[in-house]
Amino acid sequence: MTAARTLALSTPEATAKLGRAVAAKLRAGDAVCLSGPLGAGKSALARALIRALTSPDEEVPSPTFTLVQTYDGPGFPIAHFDLYRLAAPEEAVEIGVYEALDIGAAVIEWPERLGAALPADRLDIRLEPAPDRGASEGRVASLTPWGTWIGREPSL
Amino acid sequence: MARQHRLTVLGIETSCDETAAAVVRGDGEGAVQVLSSVVASQIEAHRPYGGVVPEIAARAHVELIDGVIARALAEAALSLREIDGVAATAGPGLIGGVMVGLSAAKAIALARGVPLVAVNHLEGHAVSARLGEPLPYPFLLLLVSGGHCQLLAVRGVGACERLGSTIDDAAGEAFDKIAAALGLPYPGGPALEALAQGGDPSRFALPRALLGREGCDFSFSGLKTAAARLAAGLASEAERRDLAAAVQAAIARQLAAQTAKAMRLYAQAQGGSGLRLVVAGGVAANGAVRAALRAEAEAQGFSFHAPPLRYCTDNAAMIALAGLERLALGLASGLDAPARPRWPLDEAAARRDPIHVPGRKGAKA
Repeated sequence: MTAARTLALSTPEATAKLGRAVAAKLRAGDAVCLSGPLGAGKSALARALIRALTSPDEEVPSPTFTLVQTYDGPGFPIAHFDLYRLAAPEEAVEIGVYEALDIGAAVIEWPERLGAALPADRLDIRLEPAPDRGASEGRVASLTPWGTWIGREPSL
Repeated sequence: MARQHRLTVLGIETSCDETAAAVVRGDGEGAVQVLSSVVASQIEAHRPYGGVVPEIAARAHVELIDGVIARALAEAALSLREIDGVAATAGPGLIGGVMVGLSAAKAIALARGVPLVAVNHLEGHAVSARLGEPLPYPFLLLLVSGGHCQLLAVRGVGACERLGSTIDDAAGEAFDKIAAALGLPYPGGPALEALAQGGDPSRFALPRALLGREGCDFSFSGLKTAAARLAAGLASEAERRDLAAAVQAAIARQLAAQTAKAMRLYAQAQGGSGLRLVVAGGVAANGAVRAALRAEAEAQGFSFHAPPLRYCTDNAAMIALAGLERLALGLASGLDAPARPRWPLDEAAARRDPIHVPGRKGAKA
């Protein structure tokens, strides 16, 4: 790995812009792991990323209940996982996390549920509320590339 | 045109957490009887995780499916020879699970020489209100659960038009996640409703998403974020109670406001006839939500219908009924019907076999 890069996201639009920048670098086999507390903007980032690779008005519902939603991207499918409801890392196999990476890209919310079985080629993005902003919309994103993501980080 | 024949259909549902099978009979005159409805997680012996953690694994569905089908037939006091058709959820959902139920249905259809119907899970929810009472088409449906939040004009078999849906989280998910932020146990909806008892909903101001905007879409993400932040800073039990009450009121308010908009659009399109509002899905069990929707329905001259809760959550009786209604119109599927992880309901409507004439049953109502 390389050191985490930190970005201040002062508005929801800044979060969306990060999503689009990641989308521009995404290829089949890539994982994007989104972590952070409830309401930190994980789904908003995922939505912007998926819309950038599908269409601007693509419906991107939360996959919390359905566990995964799949989309037809440019040349490869994109699977949007939410592992919030998983109890054990083995369940990720059952819902096809690794299969999705064989055929396309995966955006994974709550990757903590995978335990040690994180995909090798992944971009970790941790989102947190900005510490000194009170109830405002500010967020901080920390990006850490792994495997083939190293040297291929999104340009912002 | 009319359904002259009595039809008995086996339904199978494996698209998400539940392994379920049911037998539903239609008398050909529109009366529907649920002969059995078995959901594996509701059987004590089948609760490996205490019924909380989903049985997402295809393997779990494989292990349960035969027993669940056998039990549904036994409770209906029927054998497979007495089944006129078999319906299974073919999507949307987890592909592994869907394939288990759909393959079982195909095997039965092939072995018994009866027709197969590949059912859209959402269409099952759309017809679920017709399991509990003889409700004619058309109607306006609010489907509001942990996984879905949509408004559909349901004009007949396979003839659904979506008027609005959530642009982010489903309402039930907002309930569950805010409840988790308040430290409440799963499932969060009932726990939050209990905590909200006696709370002051005006103490905390929560965002009013989309209320001023065009259209009938929903958004609960901003509410979830705001409530989670407030929950983190609460000191007293009274504050928690007030926040729970505020959250519940905000969700009910948004559901009622967007449904009211949809009722106006629907009433206009219907020329003032068929004014029925059906509220299906687990969130319909929430008292505040139900009261707000009932009041809106009454204000707009709509009758109000909510299916029994056992048909609101995932079940196979609704799949059997959706299959039965399609079979009655001659709409069977080929044995090569694919499992579809993604299958929007309006796409289903667009590709629908054109046998059905929308509005036909509405005129009889």
